[in-house]
Amino acid sequence: MELLLDIVSWILLISGSFFALTGALGLLRFPDFFTRTHAASVTDTAGAGLILTGLMLQAGWGLVLAKLLLILLFSLLASTTACHAMAKAALKSGLKPQTVNDNSNSEKETSSKP
Amino acid sequence: MKHVLALSVLLSAFWLINSGHYTSLILFFMVVSVLFVAVLCHRMDVVDGESQPLELTFTIPVYWLWLIKEVTVANIAVTRCVWKGAHSISPSVIKVKANQKTDLGIVIYANSITLTPGTVSIDLEDNEITVHALTRETAEDLLTGEMDRRVCKVEP
Repeated sequence: MELLLDIVSWILLISGSFFALTGALGLLRFPDFFTRTHAASVTDTAGAGLILTGLMLQAGWGLVLAKLLLILLFSLLASTTACHAMAKAALKSGLKPQTVNDNSNSEKETSSKP
Repeated sequence: MKHVLALSVLLSAFWLINSGHYTSLILFFMVVSVLFVAVLCHRMDVVDGESQPLELTFTIPVYWLWLIKEVTVANIAVTRCVWKGAHSISPSVIKVKANQKTDLGIVIYANSITLTPGTVSIDLEDNEITVHALTRETAEDLLTGEMDRRVCKVEP
């Protein structure tokens, strides 16, 4: 039983780390501010969720488990609110989101150049 | 009154979880500080159905389970886009209508949209939410209106 819990918890921790890494990579790869917020929300939901669930399995029944649950709950609430606040602030200060039409135009331009 | 009571119970539980010391002196401090905060919030008139949505207690766990499933699916889709590179995304801005009756319902809907990777609610005016979607698929998922219907059901 102990071994099984350890194995599941390690799988959760490693896959959580993978999603956190994916979020960071998306931040670097995506073209503009609004698409980058999507990448950050991968870290916020899957990354934090899986890592905290893995830690809960390590903690066992007790106060630590309850505290980890609280951390997960508050981080999910706070990260969505912060994400919305940032996106709205960016929109209100005049940053225009790149949409698919701009993308296809720029692709045409770059492909017609050579 | 029942909202003040619910707030006191929640605050006490929060204290007990975070403290871990259960001597009579510390428990006395808990009672004093919970009472102080409850009276303070009551006098500030911020304790009502919006800050303590008791009506949602039994309806929201089902919605949470569905939301966890949605977030998982969306996470895998966005992860695929990240590793494929920037050419695999097709960002768009769409407007969806929120059919909820209360402000609380609309906030739950907008927050769920933001929580799901691939869609971020960037503006909220009256009943219309402006959403930035990462790919065409995530935009179409949202336009089917399933999340909207489910949040409507959660509402009292």
